[in-house]
Amino acid sequence: MRFSIKSLWILSIAVLVSCGGKEEKKESDEIELGNYSKKEEVTKPASSTSTESMVDMDNKGIGPVTNVELPDEIDQEMVAKGKAIFDSKCLACHKPDKKFIGPAPAGVLDRRSPEWVMNMMLNPEEMVLKDPIAKQLLIEHNGSPMANQNLTQEEARQILEYFRTLE
Amino acid sequence: MKKSVLFILSLFMAAGFFSCNNSENSKNGDRGALASSAAEKTYVAPGEHDEFYAFISGGFSGQLSVYGLPSGRLLKVIPVFSQDAEKAWGYNEETKPMLNTSHGFVPWDDAHHPDISQTNGKLDGRWVFINGNNTPRIAKIDLTTFETTEIIEVPNSAGNHSSSFVTENTEYVVAGTRFSVPVPQRDMPIKDYKGNFKGSLTFISVDPEEGHMDIKFQLMMPGFDYDLSHPGRGKSHGWFFFSTYNTEEANSLLEVNASQNDKDFIAAVNWKKIEEYVNNGGGKTMPANYAHNVYDEDTHTATSTMKKEVLVVDPLEVPGAVFLLPTPKSPHGCDVDPTGEYIIGNGKLSADLTIHSFTKMMDAIENEKFDGEAYGIPILKFEDVLAGTVKQAGLGPLHTEFDGEGNGYTSFFISSEVVKWKVETQEVIDRKPAYYSVGHVMIPGGNSAEPFGKYVIAMNKITKDRYLPTGPEVTHSAQLYDISGEKMELLLDFPTIGEPHYAAGIPADIIKPNSKKIFKLDENKHKHATLNNGDARVERDGNEVHVYMTMIRSHFTPDNIEGIKVGDKVYFHVTNHEQDYDVPHGISMIGANTSELLIMPGQTETFVWEPKQPGVWPFYCTDFCSALHQEMQGYVRVSPADSDIELSWSLGED
Repeated sequence: MRFSIKSLWILSIAVLVSCGGKEEKKESDEIELGNYSKKEEVTKPASSTSTESMVDMDNKGIGPVTNVELPDEIDQEMVAKGKAIFDSKCLACHKPDKKFIGPAPAGVLDRRSPEWVMNMMLNPEEMVLKDPIAKQLLIEHNGSPMANQNLTQEEARQILEYFRTLE
Repeated sequence: MKKSVLFILSLFMAAGFFSCNNSENSKNGDRGALASSAAEKTYVAPGEHDEFYAFISGGFSGQLSVYGLPSGRLLKVIPVFSQDAEKAWGYNEETKPMLNTSHGFVPWDDAHHPDISQTNGKLDGRWVFINGNNTPRIAKIDLTTFETTEIIEVPNSAGNHSSSFVTENTEYVVAGTRFSVPVPQRDMPIKDYKGNFKGSLTFISVDPEEGHMDIKFQLMMPGFDYDLSHPGRGKSHGWFFFSTYNTEEANSLLEVNASQNDKDFIAAVNWKKIEEYVNNGGGKTMPANYAHNVYDEDTHTATSTMKKEVLVVDPLEVPGAVFLLPTPKSPHGCDVDPTGEYIIGNGKLSADLTIHSFTKMMDAIENEKFDGEAYGIPILKFEDVLAGTVKQAGLGPLHTEFDGEGNGYTSFFISSEVVKWKVETQEVIDRKPAYYSVGHVMIPGGNSAEPFGKYVIAMNKITKDRYLPTGPEVTHSAQLYDISGEKMELLLDFPTIGEPHYAAGIPADIIKPNSKKIFKLDENKHKHATLNNGDARVERDGNEVHVYMTMIRSHFTPDNIEGIKVGDKVYFHVTNHEQDYDVPHGISMIGANTSELLIMPGQTETFVWEPKQPGVWPFYCTDFCSALHQEMQGYVRVSPADSDIELSWSLGED
């Protein structure tokens, strides 16, 4: 009989646990919430980074472009095409020579590799999530996202050529 | 000892079951294990897609709804015949012409029977056609954009009900009149209906490439009510079948007076023969007045053209083209099985289903087995065209669909059930109740040569207790049944919009790959598009002001405008410069007597604002677009009519 009372306790606990599944889930949700706030804290010190560290010619960014050779001579035909695309799909947010919604492209090739610039155009969603410079740029520009304008790689390359002409 | 442990154990197990499953038990009543398998069959996990699209007519909402099956989730409501403030359909300058008719701008209609375009008798998923019943029109919806791109008005028609069904290769979309009327319309006594009114059956050709619609001919039939229709297919391709009622030609108290005859007719029309006759110069053009409205995807703009004549054909002038098949009793649905051999008359006022044989019909025609004529049109002998009858299968048969396995599924309105029967033997196999008073049924592809016989949905006229009460008006209900086995199994209830008269279903894989994600900015040919952001500007032309505006996350160019005056008519031509999937922006102006605009990436739309008071009036983006959406706003300064403030505009410090 004693044994049966013991087993009664064990079983009642078992029943409680099996019914309490939902509550357990709630707890794990809370843990995740905690993680989120931790992440936010991490971003704070990063926002004080000086622009100095925003120059990184070795960073090729994340995306389809892994290697771009820039010939010495600027291809004016490509420049014209690049400017036309830039004016229609980018100008709403980027003024060529001053910070607007997004940064100015003038002189960008002194700060970033050509691959990085093209990957930023072609793969902005992943770049602002993972690339350290792109993440920082998003913060500096009030969280305004770089829009994916669905450019082809060729179009991005033409815009890059146009950027070479901007001082 | 052992016994008591076992006893306590079982006690607790039982208690555990009850305490944990209480809610489920009370919900599912006695269905128990069955209910859980039904749940599995309709469960589409988060992030996964349904297997079928179902295009379900919105009935008196005038629209076409898109559902996923088997989940019953509403995916979209496509505006067709009614203004839709959400999408600015019929409100913005671009789409207002789509609702133009010979009666002027008509902001509503009663949408009835969607049908998907076909090639070789199979669904090709290019377009959906749907009829407006009240002010007779046929609309075409493009399934790359899920937008209505064409609406043609049907002259000489009234109550455009036996519509809009397509032939095997979408050669024609067919529209038959339910109410016969004087043709041409004229002032005459109503009581002189009999013998004087006409019923028009309209064959609208569909351009095989662009899908443009054009009335090829109208067949002027006796003044019956033409209720529903379906095309022949396979061996009967080239024919079209229309059910009729009110062959009594009553003009009042039809409830009694149109139910006198034991048999009405199914009219069999050899449209190939008439097409040939017309191509050889047959028929007569008569003056008419009807609108043809076309939306151009490149200009994002619709134009409405009034057409001034139509070709009519007298059936007596094309011998061998039209025959009448006696069918009991005020038949409603007129359905053709996938082989094209059987034409089913759904008795409505008879408890029986009448199944005519196409082979027997051709034989009866050849051997002139006639049973008199109506207004000169030969009536075939009932017994000589009859393949069989489904006897007393239920009460009030309305519509039949097919599963491609030799079975028909018929809705019975009065006895509120779906009945499965074998087409060859007319034997009833199964019946399941519908909740309540089922009208149409739909199997994806169920009215084509190749149905996808996995599910049938029943679209019901009465809802009563199926959902939480929502005041006197409750949404119409639909039910999904699994028909993959011998017996049907009820899986799911789901609510619909308006009154779902009919639906057309298709495997998602046929449509999904063609669905457009954006409109390309470089292909935008809108007359007032601003494709280059540097061209954003404001122009004055007398009292008319045109604002050429762009939008991208998250600002308008320009966002400050001055120099607008009371009495001006201000056109906002707004171009969305986004080129990414699912990034529309909206815009609305305080006090504008119209709806918002909801502009897709790469698209231009226009709204008109006529400011009535001086002040500084804000506008803003209405579709949450980014973390800076709340910042997407602007101001227009409005000055008195006699003010001399110059027109100016800016964004930022410019």
